[in-house]
Amino acid sequence: MPSALPIADPAPLDGLLPPSVVEGADSRNLGVYLHVPFCRVRCGYCDFNTYTAAEVRGVKQSDYASEAVAEVVLAGSVLAATGAPDRAASTVFFGGGTPTLLPADDLARMLGAVRDTFGLQPGAEVTTEANPDSVDAAYLERLAEAGFTRVSFGMQSAVPHVLATLERTHDPERIPHVVRWARDAGLQVSLDLIYGTPGESLDDWRASLDQALAQEPDHVSAYSLIVEPGTKMARQIKRGEVAEPDEDLQADMYELADSALAGAGYEWYEVSNWARDGRVSRHNLAYWQGHDWWGVGPGAHSHVGGVRWWNVKHPAAYADRMHAGVSPAAGRETLDAETREVERVLLATRVRGGLEIASLPAAARTAVAGLIADGLVEPAAALRGSIVLTLNGRLLADAVVRRLLD
Amino acid sequence: MSPRATTVLQPASTDPSAIRNFCIIAHIDHGKSTLADRMLQITGVVDERSMRAQYLDRMDIERERGITIKSQAVRMPWSLDGSPVVLNMIDTPGHVDFTYEVSRSLAACEGAILLVDAAQGIEAQTLANLYLALDNDLTIIPVLNKIDLPAADPEKYAKELASLIGGRPEDVLRVSGKTGEGVEQLLDRITELIPAPVGDAKAPARAMIFDSVYDAYRGVVTYVRMIDGAFSPREKVMMMSTKSTHELLEIGVSSPEPVASQGLGVGEVGYLITGVKDVRLSKVGDTVTSSAKPATVALKGYSEPKPMVFSGLYPIDGSDYPVLREALDKLKLSDAALVYEPETSVALGFGFRCGFLGLLHLEIITERLEREFNLDLIATAPSVIYEVTTEDKKRTTVTNPSEFPGGKISSVSEPIVRAAILTPKDYVGTVMELCQGRRGSLIGMEYLGEDRVEIKYTMPLGEIVFDFFDQLKSRTQGYASLDYEPVGEQEADLVKVDILLQGEQVDAFSAIVHRDKAYAYGTLMTERLRKLIPRQQFEVPIQAAIGARIIARESIRAMRKDVLAKCYGGDITRKRKLLEKQKEGKKRMKMVGRVEVPQEAFIAALSGDTETKEKK
Repeated sequence: MPSALPIADPAPLDGLLPPSVVEGADSRNLGVYLHVPFCRVRCGYCDFNTYTAAEVRGVKQSDYASEAVAEVVLAGSVLAATGAPDRAASTVFFGGGTPTLLPADDLARMLGAVRDTFGLQPGAEVTTEANPDSVDAAYLERLAEAGFTRVSFGMQSAVPHVLATLERTHDPERIPHVVRWARDAGLQVSLDLIYGTPGESLDDWRASLDQALAQEPDHVSAYSLIVEPGTKMARQIKRGEVAEPDEDLQADMYELADSALAGAGYEWYEVSNWARDGRVSRHNLAYWQGHDWWGVGPGAHSHVGGVRWWNVKHPAAYADRMHAGVSPAAGRETLDAETREVERVLLATRVRGGLEIASLPAAARTAVAGLIADGLVEPAAALRGSIVLTLNGRLLADAVVRRLLD
Repeated sequence: MSPRATTVLQPASTDPSAIRNFCIIAHIDHGKSTLADRMLQITGVVDERSMRAQYLDRMDIERERGITIKSQAVRMPWSLDGSPVVLNMIDTPGHVDFTYEVSRSLAACEGAILLVDAAQGIEAQTLANLYLALDNDLTIIPVLNKIDLPAADPEKYAKELASLIGGRPEDVLRVSGKTGEGVEQLLDRITELIPAPVGDAKAPARAMIFDSVYDAYRGVVTYVRMIDGAFSPREKVMMMSTKSTHELLEIGVSSPEPVASQGLGVGEVGYLITGVKDVRLSKVGDTVTSSAKPATVALKGYSEPKPMVFSGLYPIDGSDYPVLREALDKLKLSDAALVYEPETSVALGFGFRCGFLGLLHLEIITERLEREFNLDLIATAPSVIYEVTTEDKKRTTVTNPSEFPGGKISSVSEPIVRAAILTPKDYVGTVMELCQGRRGSLIGMEYLGEDRVEIKYTMPLGEIVFDFFDQLKSRTQGYASLDYEPVGEQEADLVKVDILLQGEQVDAFSAIVHRDKAYAYGTLMTERLRKLIPRQQFEVPIQAAIGARIIARESIRAMRKDVLAKCYGGDITRKRKLLEKQKEGKKRMKMVGRVEVPQEAFIAALSGDTETKEKK
């Protein structure tokens, strides 16, 4: 079937952006995402761009921070060349892979480059993802010193057989310790959970939620396991070695998570994210709210003013580009007004109150009535003018989006 | 190989006593076309170089399926004991659906070769055509083919043939179309045994049409057998059923390429070209006479082709509808038996209700539409013609379940056929069980040789068109063969079962079935659809109903989760592509009320393929 998408444009070697990206830049935050494409082991369900060897085709993990710093510097000059007003970064996020596989000093150096190039806004949110078994108290203290404000632990589950299926190697007993060390260092804590793993029961999931809530994190993400084509788990399912995740059970698990989290004082602010006392992940929200961000590192995606691009995936190819002093971008697309509108609805619907009904075209406004009737959209919020998904609406969020865009 | 005939007799001046008209009666795969090819070679009408396998089967489908759909006639020179003769081989279609065409081909001959695979023995269809040939008083020459095969058992099957048609097993000729062994002897035997045609050369011309073929360049080519009188070029001829007159633009014989001649005389076989563009103006079975000096009495046996089986044909891509219309219009030019009219279905969109002579005819037309016109089609379950009388004494002819009248029905009559099934004796029980299950009533059973049995049943045609042949084949490991002929109508307790999706009727799934089978059909279809239709945002009941009475019910549970957990490191493009793919998918959805059904689900339900449920 021919894809309806235009074929992506090639990205220019100098990485320069069209003048159109300046428009409205004042009203958009600037975020920086730094990808760290290394893991100690690859988990069976993971299709992220990550590599497990210390040295990949002659590229060393120990050289990676320098390459990332080079791209941050490139980002600074590209954005300056657009003529846009200077913006300090509101959020910085280190993801992976496993960022904490690198020495804390490397992360600090990369953050330093962001600070030197763009500056950080007062109260900027600086997060790193962390594997519970790759950090200790000293490591977390070093991060806090360097300016990190948040750490997001990949807890996934508290149940050993679930962790084993996910091929996560950390000891669940370690979670309380790493959370305490992070707190002691002054970092906010988020716990990332995965539900719907083959073999995971509703009770298993309840135990994981209880364990997570017992740590009193500031923030919880709960993602349903998606079996991506090409992963080891997809092959295991195809061979019948592992049961396919059951969507009905996943729905039950989502409902359980929402009620447990709400009962403990956490409010959902995005389909898969809950926070207490307003401690949402601003970086995560920026993706759904159409802000600008520069994604640094192999395979990282960026968005600035309606232009999206993505970097070459392989660390070696990335290193080559950085050493040659050219943009690592592999392809880009410039969104037209219609596509931007589609994306706006697609993304903002997932955020609590993220979509103003008045901003929608007439047909979509009419569709809202049907969505309320079907119990997918909160009536009270709709009367006040914004879309807030009900529990059912969140479970069927993609269907809601299709109905709004029909 | 050099032809034996040194003198070639010319058309229009050949004495009837030197003519032999014959056909070959054979089952699919028993090697008729290969034998015909050898005859063409041995008589020298086709040289080695231009010989291509199965020369006479012109259509790709015929060649690939190894069956002959349309007949042809070839004139071949031969000689026996120094006297030249002309052998006209009339190729007959080999299938039950084309019985009428077969009967016309037979009527054009004085003799028939009964060709049977020496490894398989005679099949039901061949038997049926053999009876037809005997009815036409044809001289039968029994021949076993494929004697070169290791599995050939000529002794056994020679006995079987001898017991069928009389004579001694050693009179049964043994040939190999593949190697050519025995083919010359066969040509000799044709010359010796088959009577020369007899006709009145002075009477007004009468010729019987035994085939009519549309050719894109030449218009309709009409194949005839001269009975009385003669035709000459540029003469005006008249079709006796329609009284339409045409000028003979060309007259000639196939050898096997068309060769124009000075005319055709008594007993000869050849072709006429009048420039007409539609085979309906030159129908098989009709009598052609001279316009200037017309005959008063037409030859016997003409009948209009009558569709027996009906099915809706729909393009899978709705925008192909005009292509389908054009394609049917074109096929109609060469197939007088094909009828169709536009039809609309909620489930399948725009299509055509088509009438066919039988199931194979349906299959062949569908395949030609797909192959020659590059169409992707879905056919609804085949239906037959029902006569429905309501309590207010109104009679309705129903060829489509949607025409079945509502309200009180006082009677329904359905076509019945006499089915003859030929099977190895080990499968008699299995075959009888199948036939009883299809409301058959046994007429009789007869042993054919030692281990094969002919079983005769009266059965509703409606039971045969629905999956019967496949069942018969699969339950007998492919050994049983089937033939049937219409024998009238019977009243039966038939009802229309509708399938409802969330209360909305899905027209393509309505079926007229016997009351005893309504429940089984209802559960079958509701269960199939439950498996095939993806979950919606609400629960969807699927019901089977007779009128207002629900007889079966299933339901598709509401979909509970339709959301992607996250976007990967800001890869919004991927998420948008997914949405666009979903929206693209929705365009191909058919809406039944509020229920979105992928067309593939309907197609799979109709074809019985339930393995392909799409995951949203």
